[in-house]
Amino acid sequence: MAVEVESSPRTHWWNDERIRAILVQVLVVGLFAGFIWFIVDNTAINMEKRGLKAGFGFMDDIAGFQPTSPGFNITNFDVNISTHSEVFFLGLVNTLMIAAVGIVLATIVGFVFGVMRLSDNILIKFVAAVYVEGTRNIPLLLQILAWYLGVILAVFPAVRKSWDWGEVIFFNNRYIAFPSPIPQSGFWIFMASVAIAIVAVVFLRRWAHQRQDATGQQFPVFWASVAILIGLPTVVWFITGQPLAWDVPELKGFNYRGGGQLPASFLGMLFALTFYTGAFIAENVRAGIQSVSHGQTEAAYAVGLRPGTTTRLIIIPQALRVIVPPVTSQYLNLTKNSSLAIAIGYPDLVNIFTGISLNQTGNAVEIILMTMLVYLTISLLISAYMNWYNKRVALVER
Amino acid sequence: MADRTYEIGSHPDLPPPVSETGVIGWLKHNLFSTWYNSLGTIFILYLLYLALPPLVDWTLLSAVWGGNSNQECWAVTREGACWGFIDNRFSFLMYGFYDSDAYWRPNLVGIIFILAMIPVLFRSIPGGNVAAVFLIFVFPWITVSMLYGPVNMTTMGSSVGVTIYSLVLLAGLGLGWHGRKNLNLLLMGIGFGVAYFCAIALFLRWGFGLKVIGTDKFGGLMLTLILATVSIGVSMPLGIVLALGRQNQKMPIVRTLCIGFIELVRAVPLITVLFMAQFMLPLFLPEGVDFDNIVRALVGMSLFAAAYMAEVVRGGLQAIGKGQYEAADALGLNYFLKMRFIIMPQALKIVIPGIVSTFIGLFKDTTLVLIIGLFDFLQTGVSSLADTKWNGLEHEAYFFIGLVFFVLCFGMSRYSMYLEKKLDTGYKR
Repeated sequence: MAVEVESSPRTHWWNDERIRAILVQVLVVGLFAGFIWFIVDNTAINMEKRGLKAGFGFMDDIAGFQPTSPGFNITNFDVNISTHSEVFFLGLVNTLMIAAVGIVLATIVGFVFGVMRLSDNILIKFVAAVYVEGTRNIPLLLQILAWYLGVILAVFPAVRKSWDWGEVIFFNNRYIAFPSPIPQSGFWIFMASVAIAIVAVVFLRRWAHQRQDATGQQFPVFWASVAILIGLPTVVWFITGQPLAWDVPELKGFNYRGGGQLPASFLGMLFALTFYTGAFIAENVRAGIQSVSHGQTEAAYAVGLRPGTTTRLIIIPQALRVIVPPVTSQYLNLTKNSSLAIAIGYPDLVNIFTGISLNQTGNAVEIILMTMLVYLTISLLISAYMNWYNKRVALVER
Repeated sequence: MADRTYEIGSHPDLPPPVSETGVIGWLKHNLFSTWYNSLGTIFILYLLYLALPPLVDWTLLSAVWGGNSNQECWAVTREGACWGFIDNRFSFLMYGFYDSDAYWRPNLVGIIFILAMIPVLFRSIPGGNVAAVFLIFVFPWITVSMLYGPVNMTTMGSSVGVTIYSLVLLAGLGLGWHGRKNLNLLLMGIGFGVAYFCAIALFLRWGFGLKVIGTDKFGGLMLTLILATVSIGVSMPLGIVLALGRQNQKMPIVRTLCIGFIELVRAVPLITVLFMAQFMLPLFLPEGVDFDNIVRALVGMSLFAAAYMAEVVRGGLQAIGKGQYEAADALGLNYFLKMRFIIMPQALKIVIPGIVSTFIGLFKDTTLVLIIGLFDFLQTGVSSLADTKWNGLEHEAYFFIGLVFFVLCFGMSRYSMYLEKKLDTGYKR
């Protein structure tokens, strides 16, 4: 017997969930709109009172300040003619550069210490634990200051007494001077040979894989790849007559001339970001490896794989599925944390654009929104990548 | 001997080989199990040999424990730390520019806080619930009064204002009692709410009759702890509300707003949020309404932390099985009761590690306020180095500040492990 369900007349309309939801949302939208209106209205009034012009016209004004040491200037920044939009661009490039280098190094440090924490060796485990717990529990800003002021400025020598690596790279407490490459004629042939070698290795791997599937015969892919990758470019290098010259820095007077320079603040940021983020990545790596059950290892041994092969083919692919998402968000954290560069004067986006340009122009709303937009874009790109990766490695279940 | 035979079952138990037991066995298993482990052991021992003796020597053995300036220390030795620096600047590191004759005020607040936290943190000590209510509803206002002093409020400039507030307070109490007698929750809530609000206002105006100490004088570890506790305290409920808003399927607009806020805040660095609070908040507010620097920093940090907290709480909400929600509905609980008594207790328990690590992150992030010009613990240390009497003592300053942060953060993470173990009601198999 079908029971007729009718809306009970005893229920008041204000107890109906759907109507309540609509009412609450109308209220929220109203409050939100009022809030926005309140802010916009006040901002307009306040900006008028302070004589500020809204809009992005200030971006074309000449900035008139030198954001960093002259030796460190990737985007041809010129203090006399460059505008605030060029300040923005320079800051963005510097942020991306420290983030890129930091991400690579932090990944290496993180994996090394993550594996060390799982070692059978009590001493190794202990050292890794001290590193991870010590770094994770101390503020990054303190670490940045300690690396820069407490190590680089305090321990590194003055410019004229620079430490050198084979007379080509020079470390001192103001910058690192390193040789910069000058491509000669025929350099493109060398680069092309490198590209060809890489493509050849990819095809070799594919061919070897197919042959192993078909015939069961193995091919020494690794050593063959190394031979191709090193051999071909080397041969081309000498045939084309060593098409790369180096501009080696030289001490002239009080400074090094020639070559490229990185400010010491870059090195300070890099050390701090690498070791700080590395500790977090180490924890993610440890968790990821531990998430692969021991049964997998036993099963691999049972089918006759050797320990090295087991790690490479069984453990790592499964662990990576767990490791990659949190590590990606650590990359994002590193990128965001590079904004602390303002504390030691590395000219990143927040330091020179949100800091100095804002002080000069007073266009707080535009500048801060632009800065936020940059980080938001980076964050969205990274999470888009993460979604793609997650989809790719997701377990295919029946 | 080899041909000696035993009856079946009468063979004596032999001791395990020497290489498997005792010190040698332990060494073999833990330090020298394979050739590469042995190499690692030797390498690390060598590194420790290089690093540890100089460190111990610098911090303890060769350190100068007194001294009123860097020159005095360096006259003794340059090989050891100069702890006279920390000793001399200790009150600055703890309280910043706070009036030195009023140090008892933050001290008293700290003692009250610790005493109230003990029963909350360790449930075996009775009085936890009372202490929690005290901490949430009474303690914040005591702190404001003790640290700052009487708050000047325009609505209570005259005795007329005070009288009106007192009358409203009484009326609120009356309404609340009436509601309570008639079991009318709404009436009770409104009555006691109004009474509570008026009581706070009156209390803040009185402020124990202490001398006003401006917030520009707050600094040191005191400021760091204020920033951390306030933003943690505000971000927790705010984060829960945001998480519930994000999970609410029936209100798409509320959901969109929550998602937008959470994702935006999580995508940008804290420093931009602080810049925003510093430079944009004054533009957003009408002329004449202005917060001081510390309140701006608090607004920025609380909103920032709330977004992270919301994501942590959402993780917990998603981990609760659908059956729990349905069971609560079947019992006839409304949304509030369902969340309060069924979902949240389970969800929050799951995400304790996440909450604590957000707390730790926030606590570490309080150091960023030095960039907007506040004298937090780190900044007091850094600015002490600018004094010619003390410059060149970076290592001492960073060592001490780092140690304090480490002890506090590490303590929190250990406590979270203890709590996890304690609250684990045994669903694990």
